[in-house]
Amino acid sequence: MPAPCKTTVAVFKFSSCDGCQLQLLNMEDEILSLANEVEIAYFLEARRRTLPGPYDVALVEGSVTTPDEVERIKTIRGQSKFLVALGTCATAGGIQALRNYADADEYARAVYPHPEYLHFLPTATPIAEHVPVDLELWGCPINKGDFLEVISALLQNRKPNLPQHSVCLECKRRGLACVIVAKNTLCLGPATRSGCGALCPSCGRGCYGCFGPQPGMDLNSLVPTLRAMEKERGETARLLRNSSGYAPAFSKAAESILEEEKKQ
Amino acid sequence: MAELPINVGSVVALPKPRLDDLLAKLREKGYQTIGPRVGDGTVQYQPIRGASEMPQGYTSEEEAGKYRLVSSGNSRYFDYTPGAQSWKQIFFPPRITLFDLCKNGGWKPVGSLEPSPRYALVGVRPCEIAAIKIQDLAFLRTDFVDPVYQERRKNAFILAVNCLRPGGTCFCASMGTGPQLSSGYDLGLTEMDDVFLVDVGSAAGKDILSGLPVAKPDAAIMGKAKQAVDAAKTKMGRQLDISDLPDVLLKNLDHPEWEAISKRCMSCASCTLVCPTCFCWDTQDHSSLNGTETERERVWDSCFNPGYSYQAGGNTRPNVRSRYRQWLTHKLGSWKQQYGVLGCVGCGRCITWCPVKIDITEEIPALRKETRS
Amino acid sequence: MTALAAVRTSAAVNDGGLLKPSWAEVVKIQPEAEGIATYWLRFQDSNLSKAYRFLPGQFNMLYMPGYGEAAISISSDPEQRDVIGHTVRFVGNVTRAINRLKIGDVVGIRGPFGTHWPVENLEGKDLIIAVGGIGIPPLRPAIYHILRNRAKFGKITLLYGARTPSDLLFSSELDEWRKSDIDIQITVDRADSNWQGQVGVVPTLFYKFRLDPTRTAVLTCGPEIMIRFVVFEALARRVPTNQIYVSMERNMKCGQGSCGHCQIGPYFVCKDGPVFPFSAVEPYFNVEDF
Repeated sequence: MPAPCKTTVAVFKFSSCDGCQLQLLNMEDEILSLANEVEIAYFLEARRRTLPGPYDVALVEGSVTTPDEVERIKTIRGQSKFLVALGTCATAGGIQALRNYADADEYARAVYPHPEYLHFLPTATPIAEHVPVDLELWGCPINKGDFLEVISALLQNRKPNLPQHSVCLECKRRGLACVIVAKNTLCLGPATRSGCGALCPSCGRGCYGCFGPQPGMDLNSLVPTLRAMEKERGETARLLRNSSGYAPAFSKAAESILEEEKKQ
Repeated sequence: MAELPINVGSVVALPKPRLDDLLAKLREKGYQTIGPRVGDGTVQYQPIRGASEMPQGYTSEEEAGKYRLVSSGNSRYFDYTPGAQSWKQIFFPPRITLFDLCKNGGWKPVGSLEPSPRYALVGVRPCEIAAIKIQDLAFLRTDFVDPVYQERRKNAFILAVNCLRPGGTCFCASMGTGPQLSSGYDLGLTEMDDVFLVDVGSAAGKDILSGLPVAKPDAAIMGKAKQAVDAAKTKMGRQLDISDLPDVLLKNLDHPEWEAISKRCMSCASCTLVCPTCFCWDTQDHSSLNGTETERERVWDSCFNPGYSYQAGGNTRPNVRSRYRQWLTHKLGSWKQQYGVLGCVGCGRCITWCPVKIDITEEIPALRKETRS
Repeated sequence: MTALAAVRTSAAVNDGGLLKPSWAEVVKIQPEAEGIATYWLRFQDSNLSKAYRFLPGQFNMLYMPGYGEAAISISSDPEQRDVIGHTVRFVGNVTRAINRLKIGDVVGIRGPFGTHWPVENLEGKDLIIAVGGIGIPPLRPAIYHILRNRAKFGKITLLYGARTPSDLLFSSELDEWRKSDIDIQITVDRADSNWQGQVGVVPTLFYKFRLDPTRTAVLTCGPEIMIRFVVFEALARRVPTNQIYVSMERNMKCGQGSCGHCQIGPYFVCKDGPVFPFSAVEPYFNVEDF
């Protein structure tokens, strides 16, 4: 019997790989205390029982890619007091938003033997393009520490303390050598919002921008730097056209590169 | 070997293979030895146990936005220029828990600040000593002492080294902080072909040398060492005219160059974090889900971070222009009014480690142009 | 003078430099206006309660575990030792948490920090206290001090502006102050149907009286734009720049001039301010986004 005063949390999936929901399930140490503090009302990947809305908090994973999803997100919004867009699919469209720069029908014909059974939109779009979103939690997948911070902030009625700074800050706090400077490796870190704890640079790789552009930044000076480092033409644009590629700052930067390359 | 009288101010010769004995002696005396190691394609300051872990046979190449560690073709230990890490990470850790609180009939502190190990810093360059002295001014003031910094700093041993091979972005000679050691070390090394000349800078340094196989250096090697140190002054990769600082900055707060820099700067904060003198920090609370436990953590912050100047009602520095201006006018301007010295030691890290190649030795002259009369 | 003669308790109470707060209980909550209330706090440690001193214009860092700290100026009488008043506007993460405190709840305090209104040096002078909105609480301790030593000061004029009549703080005390020969001029941005007084911004109140610049000091606190124009009006009347005192606002974290956030030019506002003679901050005052 659920205690009536507990905050109810519902987790919904849209078009996504389920990786962010898996992050929730992966919280082996914390999930029990989470279950103590909140009523998990709807989370198909975790439990069979579902409670009807309204919900205090809706966590929405995935982007909107089908006509059905356009309607479903409106229903969910109507049932939810506080809606969190969870992960880069929900905040920027995700990897499937690459179709926004291509012909989705052509993709469908190439992949499926019977594309006529598919009902999909020509674009994959973030939740905020369809309904008002109260909080965006970026990441591909999300950082579970940030997720717990959001939940505790909601429970404690405060603003969550989420990083607003670049990945560079995280690299430097960890004492990691900059891969651009020391290894001539393309990296979106200077323009990307931290949250991953500089995961890729800590493995010697450049940042893929999973957590989206750092708020308020444009890439005017990073793009020429990266392009000058390219080992093959188009690397920078491809790096930008990734899971956060539809985020305006990255999208704009990639577009300007591609336009320029077309001219040449 | 005859007993060689050693005093503060003496210079003795230590055969190169015995560097290991010196490090062993430090550890024997209870120091944790932190020194240069090759890692991540660069030189990092990590715990080391012996000279074999040091970057022997390496040198480095620097330019704006570029650092490469390459083979030097010789067997010298200190031919590299330091990487992005600086000693501030030891005294002013990037993350540290200030306290934990537990709500148990009122908020009670849990645990306390752990005592710090005694650190011996190995291979500290003159510019780095200057940087430590600058951070001392910020953290060990007469009216305020930072306990974290003090705890780590007070017993630290500084094994310094004269800089004989300045790097491509170095300009310590312009700032008057190097390449030659002047003070602030316990032992100061000069690396020659077969020996280290060891300058005894303190009683603690003298103490460490006792029992080590040191000899009196002959005049020839002393002369060679002096030559090498003098020559280093002429090998700076960069120069900066500081004659009109801080005025040239503080009187040009509306200079168009600030706008121009803001088109290139990403506000990524790298320069401030690799800077060995930048001292800004932030605190953040991490609380448990049910709110009964809280950890208060101190972390490196940067004037380039959007949240740095945020206050209820808006952001005091809402754009890159104002943030870059804050950094540079502080570092090479108002720092002087605050602490009596400029905040730059000419180590070149902010130039080398800027991913978009912004070079303060070019920005200052640019700000000097068309200055208002 | 006793409070002012007291040595400034150099660092924070019981701080140890680690930002460790001392705990205080909420003993009274006085709603002042929509979104603003005064929290009267008493240290749990009675020795601390006795030892604690502050000067008018100084501030405390109030700490809500899990939420963080906020710099709140002390709004009570420096001579009142047992409880300390903090007038809080609920605008940020921490202050909104403070809004949820009840009597008996506990809050962390570090302080007092910063410089004060130099009332001890202003005896014999005419004072103009120009405040707007939440700018009046930091000046109330100075007003209490002046009231107690009224004969030592010349003409005292309080210019006070609020958005609407219901946003006026401490209105129940204003009559008391008037009785002690303080000339109080009030203005609001927007009047309501009952409002008989002045409408407009604080600096316009300068047009309502004459001042003698050779014996006048101006103390001002409020929104930055208001301070700007108060200073403008004062300078236009030839009040010397070192006789105009402004209270600056910046993001303050440590209170000790250590963390760097509150800098303006060479100053750490938390340590070298918040109260500055205008002459000190003048070079930076009109620089955009500095």
